[in-house]
Amino acid sequence: MTDWFADNSLLFGLALLDGLANAALIFMVAVGLNLVFGVLRIVNVAHGSLFAIGAYTAASIGMFFAARGLPPWTGYVALVLAAVAIGAVLGPLIERLLLRRIYGHEDVLQLLVTFALFMILEDVQKLVWGVQPVSQDAPLKFLGTVDIPFGEDVIPFTAYQLFVIPGVAVVTLLGLAWFLRRTLTGRVIVAVTTDKEAATAMGIDAARITLLTFSFGAGLAALGGALASPTLALVPGIGAQTIVLSFAVVATAGLGQIEGAALTALLIGLGRSIAVYFAPEFEVVVPYLIMVAVLLVRPQGLFGVIETRRV
Amino acid sequence: MSEVLLSAKGLRLAFGGVKAADGIDLDVRHGEFLAIIGPNGAGKTTFINMTTGYLRPQAGRIEFDGKPILGLSPRAIVRRGIGRSFQLPQLFSEHTVLENAALAIAARRGIWSPLNPLLRPRWRDEAMDLLDRFGLRAVAEFRADALNEGARKLADIAMAVALEPSLLLMDEPTSGVAAAEKMVIVETLVRVLRSTGVTAVFVEHDMDVVARFADRVAVWSQGRIAALGPPGEVLADPKVRREVIGIAADA
Amino acid sequence: MKRESLLAALGAIGLVACAWAVPWLKFVLTIALAKGIAVLGILLLLRAGQVSFGHSMFLALGAYTVAFLAPAENEVLLLLPAAALVAGGVGLVIGLFLVRYRDIFFGMLNLAFAMVLYSLLEKLYDFTKGTDGIRVAALTFAGTEPERGTQEWVVFGIALGLAILFGLLVRFYLGSPMGRALAGIKTRETRLEFMGVSARRVLLFAYVLSALMGGVGGALIAMTTRHVTPQIAYWTSSGELVFIAILGGAGSALGPFLGSVAFELVRVYAAAAVAEAWQMILGAVLLLVILFAPGGVWGLLSRRWRA
Repeated sequence: MTDWFADNSLLFGLALLDGLANAALIFMVAVGLNLVFGVLRIVNVAHGSLFAIGAYTAASIGMFFAARGLPPWTGYVALVLAAVAIGAVLGPLIERLLLRRIYGHEDVLQLLVTFALFMILEDVQKLVWGVQPVSQDAPLKFLGTVDIPFGEDVIPFTAYQLFVIPGVAVVTLLGLAWFLRRTLTGRVIVAVTTDKEAATAMGIDAARITLLTFSFGAGLAALGGALASPTLALVPGIGAQTIVLSFAVVATAGLGQIEGAALTALLIGLGRSIAVYFAPEFEVVVPYLIMVAVLLVRPQGLFGVIETRRV
Repeated sequence: MSEVLLSAKGLRLAFGGVKAADGIDLDVRHGEFLAIIGPNGAGKTTFINMTTGYLRPQAGRIEFDGKPILGLSPRAIVRRGIGRSFQLPQLFSEHTVLENAALAIAARRGIWSPLNPLLRPRWRDEAMDLLDRFGLRAVAEFRADALNEGARKLADIAMAVALEPSLLLMDEPTSGVAAAEKMVIVETLVRVLRSTGVTAVFVEHDMDVVARFADRVAVWSQGRIAALGPPGEVLADPKVRREVIGIAADA
Repeated sequence: MKRESLLAALGAIGLVACAWAVPWLKFVLTIALAKGIAVLGILLLLRAGQVSFGHSMFLALGAYTVAFLAPAENEVLLLLPAAALVAGGVGLVIGLFLVRYRDIFFGMLNLAFAMVLYSLLEKLYDFTKGTDGIRVAALTFAGTEPERGTQEWVVFGIALGLAILFGLLVRFYLGSPMGRALAGIKTRETRLEFMGVSARRVLLFAYVLSALMGGVGGALIAMTTRHVTPQIAYWTSSGELVFIAILGGAGSALGPFLGSVAFELVRVYAAAAVAEAWQMILGAVLLLVILFAPGGVWGLLSRRWRA
């Protein structure tokens, strides 16, 4: 066992570092999914597509900047611009035109509607960006690599994946906690999440809050995608993969748990990247194995609270 | 067959600091109608929930027909013969009233047949007969969500009765019903229940209903039974009148 | 009710006539019938207010069962029950886990299982030949090996027969105590428990039945296309099943077949022309049906009769 670790310590180290970046990205998507569910009571099946479209948009903007001869650091501006654009344009569009029609409807109908949206967005993405891999890794290269001592070895790892991606996720987590607890809008969101009727009765403009929350959640997913874009070759199918993965995080943590989602994203992200290095055939399986194992023991999720049935 | 059907001893349950049950001792006798009264939050529904397996008391025991039932699942308790109805009627809203009744009959006679129709002639007749006794024959073909509150309450209780329980627990059978309908509903209930010989425990806020139909009254107050006895005695007790009925009348 | 049977009989005759008049339609219609059988399973779950976004995993299980077994045992009359058994068995195992969940959890956990199966089919190349897929060996029918034209007719006939059989089964089931209890899960699951009935067991039965029908559908598809690839387990394939169920309407056991025939016919003509936007069109039509014709094709037909 110890020999095995010694032989594979380098791979193991890489897996840990990859897993961290991976977890940070899944967290960005999962937290938006949670937030939107809290206020809208809808789990948006198309949420992963917003991640994918965010990624493609960031790559396109980055390439556009590069083609204009703008300095490399503008690549980071491209990432932020993509997230803001999705959050400010696509988010409100979806909420106003589609979701608003189905609030309070049967669960199965809401599910089908967001599933239909998912089907549509997956093809929109293919129509706009095609099926050939798209990649724009300037932001990754710009920061270079960091040599990380690991036992007797040294792992060169990109500074972007080591600092930027996890950094943004941590800032998101802390910022969100601050926003929800300390600002008026944040507390209104929490109030609507806890008891929509009471909140509305107190004169809160629920329509505005839902629009805001959905757009914000969409923006977070797109930001996740934008951050991921320099590290991936973008191909069709990442939307589907992302929604299922982030749903696995949300289900494992317990629906509505934000800090819990962060820890669970770490668990699943690490599990997945360890699989990538040691049993690549099972990369896709590992997150769900973790999820199923957790749910078998705790059906409400690791951090979930059992909702008492109202009789 | 002992005289006591349900026996609760020393039930305790606290939610945070609120004592919903603070040492409940109660014997329900075979065949009696026992009314539970008391202000909101006194722990009346908690008692029903503990008896039907939805809440587990932190201390105490409950025996039904001489056998302990604490720790059994709600489903197992139903099968032992404790039925319940709800403050908010729990009907299959997209099914017809007849289908609701027939499903309850099926639940007793054996639901696990995937090929014979639910409304096979014998069950249909039995369901119609049940609805008839509750005065619901006219609305048998209505969807359950098309009924008024009084009819929904009756249908809810009819479904519990269809299971042929030996003990029926009813949580506010007349709440939310228009005042004019109230006595009609209660009279229907009493007539049907007396004819089946079921033992009934019901939570009730209307003192007229209690006075007319209960054999005994238990007064709940802050998780304890403050008084227990025939309605004539209990309802005349000045302390009960001041503390319970006064509040109930406001509610 | 009479009209439903009449329409079913007319539909069956119509399908045979079409397959006879336009030989290449036989292939399309066999696929449509196979998918219709699988969609019957989606319909069962919809009755309970649940939707599975991963039901194509059972199609894949049935199809791969045929592909794996065919070299050793190529008798169709054995392969079909084997496929049903494998899919139903897997349905039972994961069903035991899934029936604890409802709504989005139910839908997404199904999707997760399907994605796992898809990735295994794709990545375990030594067993499955990955995305190349497996060619299905020559089949025998009750011991005979008919020539190609006859064989197509035989598979078509089996698909039609099974469609009628499962359609009837589902129809009886939905009217039975178990079927009505299943529909009760949608509106008042707690009541089932208060009646001493396990809602999970009610749902589990429907889930296993739906998995079994998915397996049969998948096996028929494998016998028709004679080539099985992981694509059959992909989420878009599950999406199609859901689409067909909603398009046809959940009001009748005929709905899935109305939906699947319409779907496959349109696809033959349109899919090639709009390949890039196919999912998008499906999604848009799905939205329109949900928002404006929630009963699907069946709903439109039966409303016309009543009017």
